Amino acid sequence: MGLSEMFNIALMQGFAGISLFSVLLLMALGLAIIFGQMGVINMAHGEFMAIGAYTVFLASTLTEKFLPSLIQVYFPFAIVAAFCFSFVAGWVAEWSLIRHLYKRPLDTLLATWGLSLALQQTFRSAISPKEVSPTLPDWLMGSWAPTEGLDIPINGMFVLALTTLVTAGVMIALYRSRWGLRVRATVSNRSMASAIGINTKKTDRLTFAIGCGIAGIAGAAFTTIGSTGPTSGSLYIVDAFLVVTFGGAASLLGTVASAFVISQTQSISEFFMTGSMAKVLTLCLIVVILMIRPQGLFATKVRR
Amino acid sequence: MSHDHDNDLTSLQRRRLLQGLAALPFAGLASIPADVLAQQYPTAKVNTTKLAVTDTEVTVGQLHSATGTMAISETGSIQAEQLAIDQINATGGVLGRKIKVIKEDGASDWPTFAEKSKKLLVNDRVAAVFGCWTSASRKAVLPIFEKENGLLYYPTFYEGLEQSKNVIYTGQEATQQILWGLDWAAKEKNAKTFFLIGSDYIWPRTSNKIARAHIERVAKLGKVVGEEYYPLGHTNFNSLINKIKVAKPDCIYAIVVGGSNVAFYKQLKAAGITGDKQFLLTISVTEDELLGIGGENAEGFYACMKYFQSLDNPNNKKFVATFKAKYGAKSVIGDVTQAAYLGPWLWKMAVEKAGSFDIDKVVAASPGIEFKEAPEGYVRIHKNHHLWSKARIGQIQADGQFKVVAESPNLIEPNPFPKGYQ
Repeated sequence: MGLSEMFNIALMQGFAGISLFSVLLLMALGLAIIFGQMGVINMAHGEFMAIGAYTVFLASTLTEKFLPSLIQVYFPFAIVAAFCFSFVAGWVAEWSLIRHLYKRPLDTLLATWGLSLALQQTFRSAISPKEVSPTLPDWLMGSWAPTEGLDIPINGMFVLALTTLVTAGVMIALYRSRWGLRVRATVSNRSMASAIGINTKKTDRLTFAIGCGIAGIAGAAFTTIGSTGPTSGSLYIVDAFLVVTFGGAASLLGTVASAFVISQTQSISEFFMTGSMAKVLTLCLIVVILMIRPQGLFATKVRR
Repeated sequence: MSHDHDNDLTSLQRRRLLQGLAALPFAGLASIPADVLAQQYPTAKVNTTKLAVTDTEVTVGQLHSATGTMAISETGSIQAEQLAIDQINATGGVLGRKIKVIKEDGASDWPTFAEKSKKLLVNDRVAAVFGCWTSASRKAVLPIFEKENGLLYYPTFYEGLEQSKNVIYTGQEATQQILWGLDWAAKEKNAKTFFLIGSDYIWPRTSNKIARAHIERVAKLGKVVGEEYYPLGHTNFNSLINKIKVAKPDCIYAIVVGGSNVAFYKQLKAAGITGDKQFLLTISVTEDELLGIGGENAEGFYACMKYFQSLDNPNNKKFVATFKAKYGAKSVIGDVTQAAYLGPWLWKMAVEKAGSFDIDKVVAASPGIEFKEAPEGYVRIHKNHHLWSKARIGQIQADGQFKVVAESPNLIEPNPFPKGYQ
């Protein structure tokens, strides 16, 4: 193998790691808000991603049927729609289910798990038990090949850009906006926040809905790399919890760092050993680090 | 044909007989009306083992996953078996008896499969069961079928290394798919180096073991330059794709299953590995999977199967039209769906050849049963309970259908225990 070829492979492998990083981060971001900030163990997080993915599928089907000329441009709009649909679904879920359980955080686990099963069956009955895949614009599916032998996947770059955008958005919203201030106040001390006039119920509902909306964006983005089926959500949920727990529940920075560590370990070891062994190695690493630091990589102090 | 019992016809039976005769011109395929046939085969004679067979009805079981992960794949089998049963009923049933189906849901859970099969055999006393998909579910029900002496029609192509008195395998086993496909790849595509990829469970691992033995030891086609497995449901193949780029195989041999397929082919395309640059042969992608993958993402790659929806023969055209009329114009028919369709027909023929519903007699009558109207063409049951069938290569088209580019000249003899491959 020539030197330039080795260089190309190294570049592509580096991008594979970054690409996995952006996928993991996007998966975990919504959960980091809901689990990290609110303490709600949302087992239905994966299904909210699936709602986003199905929204894109719906948008592509409708576009193909009614406005076939717009098939090259519908995708960004579908992502916005995915956010909206999941946001509304999250809003309804919080109103009907979650808000009754804030004092019993472990019960949220059961309730949202039930919700996830119900949603899965809904997808199966209402849409299809088969896996679906939207028709994606051509510009999204190819590779960018600046030189011979070097192929950078465009969908990977797209997901990376989207992740950057969403992460920056969440950071700004959480640390630079009134809503963020209210969320952080509620998280630190609910009764005090309530006493100084913050409507904690409204804050909770909005926070939960935004977390779900971001899950929807993640789901929409993943239609470019994978498929969507009724049980797709349960595939994502483990990784999402892994990232959030490993990073330290309440820390957004921790989520980013943890996604980076996990993805790089996974991607590098995958290249040098078999896929299953790489997964084992990554999980072992996580277990060892969590044994040393049970609170995760980054833990913020929470007053109780 | 004896008419001894004509004397003791009750008036009801006589009326039925007359109705049956009146229906004769419309009976189509059935040359003898159902009720007449039922008269000729009194229940006490055709059922000596207390199966659920009455003068007018015979009960069979259908055991698939209608829920859970495998529902995605097994829905097609459920539909095809139902279609075959409906057609058999419309043309007079089996030995003049209408087929009644008891549907059980294995729920993609192997212990549930075992439990439901026991229910079907012991409580419902069904005369045959059509069902299962994964090797894991088949392995779970097998001891029960053998103990209770049931009869299972199993539709999936699989890894072989199994043969049971109580199972008729209507899909192809490994040698009818893997060996022929690899030989074709070596001969027609000049493949010398192979990169084997699979999902991490029994079928892909065993299949790749057979493939490796064929490539390196038995047929000496060339060399295996990589072998990789990823967990079921895995969606990130970028590192694997880079390994493939380093290895530069002539042939990527892929046995990735389920939803992982979609991620795999989308990412191959995104990494610049497309059908016009790279030869890829799979035994795990059918029209069903292509619905999810999107034909344009796997265009130009090849699959080795015994059946494709696009097969150009009158049997198949009729089958596809009937299937679509029943289940919608957008429904597709994959290899296993067709194999599932064969089950009820092969059972009907064996029962009528045996002149009995008794499992032992049906099993004994099965070898040599021919089905000329099979959508895949002519098939015949071998004494090892697998089918003689053809192998075919299809090239994936942008619309999610296959273009058949090669076909074995003769039926391939099934051989579930190939020598030199263990």
